[in-house]
Amino acid sequence: MPKLIRIEGGQFVSADDPFTHVADDEGLPPGDVIISLTRFSSEGDTLISQGRAVGVRIEPDEEVEALAYDLPKVAVVAVAFPKYRDGRGFSTAHLLRARFGFKGEVRAVGEVLREEANFLTRCGCDSFEPADGSSPAQWAHAANRHRHVYQRAADGRTPAFTERAES
Amino acid sequence: MYQYDTLDKEFLADRAAEFKEQVQRRLAGEITEDQFKALRLRNGLYLQLHAYMLRVAIPYGSLNAVQLRKLADIGRRYDKGYGHFTTRTNLQFHWIKLRETPAILEELATVDLHAIQTSGNCIRNVTSDPYAGATAEEIDDPRVWSEAIRQWSMLHPEFSHLPRKFKFAVTASPKDRTAARVHDIGLVVRRARDGTMGFEVIVGGGMGRTPYVGPTIREFLPANRLFSYLDAVLRVYNRHGRRDNSYKARIKILVAALGADEFRRQVEEEWEKVGPGADMPDTEIARIRAAFAPKAFDTLVNRSEAFETAKAADPAFARFARNNLKPHKRPGYTIVEISLKGIGDTPGDATSDQMDVVADLGERYGQNDIRVTHEQNLVLPHVKLDDAPAVFAALAAAGLATPNINLITDIIACPGLDYCALANARAIPIAQDIAHRFADQDRAELVGELKIKISGCINACGHHHVGHIGILGVDKKGEEFYQLTLGGSGAEDAEVGKMLGPALPADRVTDAIDTIVEVYLRERAEGERFLDTFRRTGVAPFKEAVYAEAH
Repeated sequence: MPKLIRIEGGQFVSADDPFTHVADDEGLPPGDVIISLTRFSSEGDTLISQGRAVGVRIEPDEEVEALAYDLPKVAVVAVAFPKYRDGRGFSTAHLLRARFGFKGEVRAVGEVLREEANFLTRCGCDSFEPADGSSPAQWAHAANRHRHVYQRAADGRTPAFTERAES
Repeated sequence: MYQYDTLDKEFLADRAAEFKEQVQRRLAGEITEDQFKALRLRNGLYLQLHAYMLRVAIPYGSLNAVQLRKLADIGRRYDKGYGHFTTRTNLQFHWIKLRETPAILEELATVDLHAIQTSGNCIRNVTSDPYAGATAEEIDDPRVWSEAIRQWSMLHPEFSHLPRKFKFAVTASPKDRTAARVHDIGLVVRRARDGTMGFEVIVGGGMGRTPYVGPTIREFLPANRLFSYLDAVLRVYNRHGRRDNSYKARIKILVAALGADEFRRQVEEEWEKVGPGADMPDTEIARIRAAFAPKAFDTLVNRSEAFETAKAADPAFARFARNNLKPHKRPGYTIVEISLKGIGDTPGDATSDQMDVVADLGERYGQNDIRVTHEQNLVLPHVKLDDAPAVFAALAAAGLATPNINLITDIIACPGLDYCALANARAIPIAQDIAHRFADQDRAELVGELKIKISGCINACGHHHVGHIGILGVDKKGEEFYQLTLGGSGAEDAEVGKMLGPALPADRVTDAIDTIVEVYLRERAEGERFLDTFRRTGVAPFKEAVYAEAH
């Protein structure tokens, strides 16, 4: 079972991953799958009608808007960070949460490093496939080490200006 | 001035602690240099030709005496007794040891300074007007908006891995001292006829290998909608900026590729969706504004007897007053600009001892307010005319009274091949050579305003594209050559300079500048600056004279 870290009740925990990533040219295994946007548009409904939970992987150059209409049917959106320095996925995650109100799992996949924990969680990611072998404790440490944030973001943390106004 | 509250201070302490841990992991071999590189760059730590370089952020170029003394102290204890002020109004230390950087950052944090986002593909330090709060020209204090942008951009989760670095300039004066039109975003405060405050928004200016003067994509953005609009601009850029080629990844390339109209359409469409929920609350802007409320100025008359007497008695002071003092909004006050371009100096360098002198003067005579300019000078924005002779005397004793602001020897130069791993040619010796040639102050004043800007490579840190005379170092088969451009401007009349002709070898540059100046003196009409003459005559007479001599 691939290693997965997720946020549950505000805590970073190790979790079993019921989903299998399936490439476009691969045959479908049984069970819950994460597939590409292309594959989802042709086979998504069929797979869902088979009773599977279906996740969709969004690449950085793909527009999450293409999925907006179907989001209620989607269990997981896997936001791809092929290189951690490619920040397009942050906008994708932000839009999923803040614009489209997606309540399901938003998972960061690819070159996912704990150094990005703060940015990823603030943009609304709540599960992670770490590429650096890091542990939930290390993620919690990295994500929570700043006592204050200056901006509103998809995680709903209280920004500095609100803290000040309330103090 | 804005004072950091507990929250700002805790933020800096947390960030310093985070970086300390990252350095420890690197020193312990837990992360590779390649992984560490991205982490250190995000914290202003470069590995240069000879050593590590640490770039300390000076938000909107504003310092108090305690901060400047701390920089002096760090220069003395961790570097070689000096620092280098940059065109981003930051301060760089060029001789830093990796293992000492956590300690340096901890010390900086004690005086509310840091190195966050001074490098990397994120929103960098904001440039603002060094005369903010002191000039009668401004229609608002641009530091209010600069500070708000500082906060909004600090570890912004969505915009921390942009396609490339991203630079803001904010000004509120008709005279632009920030080079707003050659920034990724230039914001010019405007007031509508009904008194409403807003911004002209300029996006996609820049220098480097493809220089552009940025187009205005919005004539008037209501001030209270600033942050939702910035969200929209940055989101369009983050999603659609090129990432396949770092030379084509700046927002200027996206704006140019789409065209200003299409870019504007995309931003406006996104802005509609973002909505006012993303704007900073008025209460926070009001809180920041209160922090910049003017200090109590004394009620003085325009004319200072002490000042007039000193001018009459001392020609050196009179010259300093003529060139380095600028009009203040209050009677009896002046803005003192301190040149870091002494003849033979490295432009932008200040020794720790000099920093201490400026800190003392700022504290004693200048309301504890010190500014850094993008032209690599320092400013004491609030000095009484009565005190100007004493300030001059102290500056002169410290070698800081060079009376050359905006003159031909007030040269911007990047560190070039002497320090920078990217450079193709040296910049500092060229600047020094030109300064020596024009060391005669009478001649320099006869020439008048003439901005020379030198870059040691195409990345244009020395802003050569917008120099009245720009000098670009290029490498030709292992030899340093210099490409001259004329007629550039980074001010409100921004323009990219025009190529003069084939590049010249290093030993021909100063002669060429001399020839260009002679042509200008011959051609100029009454009251014309070099730039005005060039715009009238075009490149031909200059080209002819320089290359006639070269043959």
